[in-house]
Amino acid sequence: MTSAFTSDAARALGGPDWLVERRLEAAEGLDEITWPTPAEEIWRYSRIDELDLERYRPLTSTDPGLADGPAPGGGPVAAEAGERAGLVVVHNGRVVRCELDESLAAKGVVIDDLSSGNDAVRNALGTCSAAAPDAFTELHDAFLMGGAFVSVPAGVVVDKPIVVLHWSEGDGLATFPHTLVLAGESSELTVVDRFSSPDVRPPNGGGGGHLVNAVVELLVDDNARVRYLSVQQHGPHTWQIALQRAHVGRDASLRSSAVALGGDYARLRSESLLTGAGAESDLLAVYFGDGAQMLDFRTLQDHDAPRTRSDLLFKGAVEDEARSVYSGLIRLRPSAQKANASQTNRNLVLTEGAGAESIPNLEIEANDVRCSHASTVGPIDDDQLYYLETRGIRPEEAERLIVLGFFDDVFARLPVPSLVAPLRRTVIEKIEHRRG
Amino acid sequence: MSVLKVTDLHAAVDGHEILRGVDLEIASGEVHALMGPNGSGKSTLAHVLMGRDDYDVTAGSVTIDGEELLGLPTWQRAERGLFLAMQYPVEVPGVRLVDFLEAAIRGRGGEPNGLTVRLAAEAERLHVDEQFLTRGVNVEFSGGEQKRAETLQLAVLEPTFAILDEIDSGLDVDALRDVARRIEAMTTEDRLGVLAITHYARLLSELRADRVHILMGGRVVASGGPELADTLERTGYEGLAEDLGVDELAVEVPAEQEPEFADPTEFALPFEEPPRTT
Repeated sequence: MTSAFTSDAARALGGPDWLVERRLEAAEGLDEITWPTPAEEIWRYSRIDELDLERYRPLTSTDPGLADGPAPGGGPVAAEAGERAGLVVVHNGRVVRCELDESLAAKGVVIDDLSSGNDAVRNALGTCSAAAPDAFTELHDAFLMGGAFVSVPAGVVVDKPIVVLHWSEGDGLATFPHTLVLAGESSELTVVDRFSSPDVRPPNGGGGGHLVNAVVELLVDDNARVRYLSVQQHGPHTWQIALQRAHVGRDASLRSSAVALGGDYARLRSESLLTGAGAESDLLAVYFGDGAQMLDFRTLQDHDAPRTRSDLLFKGAVEDEARSVYSGLIRLRPSAQKANASQTNRNLVLTEGAGAESIPNLEIEANDVRCSHASTVGPIDDDQLYYLETRGIRPEEAERLIVLGFFDDVFARLPVPSLVAPLRRTVIEKIEHRRG
Repeated sequence: MSVLKVTDLHAAVDGHEILRGVDLEIASGEVHALMGPNGSGKSTLAHVLMGRDDYDVTAGSVTIDGEELLGLPTWQRAERGLFLAMQYPVEVPGVRLVDFLEAAIRGRGGEPNGLTVRLAAEAERLHVDEQFLTRGVNVEFSGGEQKRAETLQLAVLEPTFAILDEIDSGLDVDALRDVARRIEAMTTEDRLGVLAITHYARLLSELRADRVHILMGGRVVASGGPELADTLERTGYEGLAEDLGVDELAVEVPAEQEPEFADPTEFALPFEEPPRTT
């Protein structure tokens, strides 16, 4: 690779020895990597051929950190999530703030920068991404400097959300945010990850934009309950390529939701591996693309134990020239007898120039399972529009109501209700912007 | 006092003429029943009056107090005082009836002050379970619940004229009575003018019609007082057509029956070859 993503650059990021070594090991592999193209099924319909890594560089030790004062997003953005048990602010992949309710700390809950490198971090880091590697998880590992580490010991219940804010900025930079969540046996917690970047291109910027290459790992131990919400509100010049993957143990449950609204090209690979009998995973998403955005989702519901259950509901809308991709796989391995899996993807295409792809797939190797999938792509139903208009509702207001109604069942199930109103407002702004 | 006046209304679908010169005049507080056999153009008339864009109006006029409605989009006709209670109310998932009505009131230039209280009162009057107010509009409503909900919307929105497209279909006796009595009350208390489209005279035993019109072959072939409905009960449509010397009862192209498939992508295993979708 002739780009700035070299072993020297990986070494120069500094930090504890174990992390430097971990990065170097990954960086050495980068030379061998075949970068993806849309010819590969998993990248089909994507805009990966537009990605020119030469336009980006990793951070260097001389890049300025945040100026003193409150970290961006530490104020109103954090406050939107309502009451919280803890907060981590991550700036360009480096943790700049950690807060945790003292009573939880006393119970052994840990919120930290994963570069602190305690044993738990070193044992767990990369468990999920190494189980589903691709070129971008390799690149991520080669430049990983830190990130949010959340650990809840066995039996501890954290009743308020732990909020993680990932703020990424810098024209021509690539950054590598990471969240690692360890939910101990029979623990309960809610984590909100918010990914954002500036709305505006920096003045005199070379036009490179910003590349966010993120990994979220959720390790859900036996009988634990994890609710997870990822909110992606990147600015319009940011590319995101992210993996979010959970490993869910016996009788444990994951309720994971994603709200994707921002970015130029924003890809999320969302995967759940059900490793223990009786494990459950619910994956939800709301996405809304406008302008020339592309929102790209690749999902996997991977059942590797008996009596596991998974459900997926992804709902999206596109307008202007925006495009979305949903490509989802349910895999029922031979061990997954009596498993029950379903996936539903529904798309509204609001304007003629917009488009949505929906590709549900099944891979079934067990013979006593239940499995269903459904997918739709289409415009707003004319009968619905007409019905609302017969009541005196103007067409644009009718469209707004129908689109919000379309998303309502997902919004209603988001784990942090206080975030629903601001997110719904963002959707409304997107619907209304088209009308100027 | 307002007047809804339909004059020589002609309308076609895909070049096929369905309404062939309809004349009606309804004043505030009056109930006009429009009866006709299947395919006579009743529902088409309802949608043409409301401005559904599937129909081409080829001639005629529809006015409220002299103001032409043809050419106005549907929502503006509603704003001018027209309301359509649909034969098959449309499900709008995720849109609660209360939010829907609030948008409708604002759309008509009103302020939804006290809407919740009014809704609760109307729900009680119409025996609509309050859970329907916070559910998606018409979603998983039974036939009777849908028609009660249509009537509830009518009562809250207080239009000048209401077109009821087979409000009596799918109703049991109790629901029919609740719906008909509420509408009748609106005609006396609020001077609502009503065009009640129906197959059957039974609606008119609950909702007293001032005038009865018979639609056949896209035209009003007979008009009279309530006794016309009684005559129709005795003779049936074919007998009445014979008496009137009308040859053609139906004009509408029979709607193609849509085959009902179970969702082809939903299935249960086991089976031998797992299907794959592309």
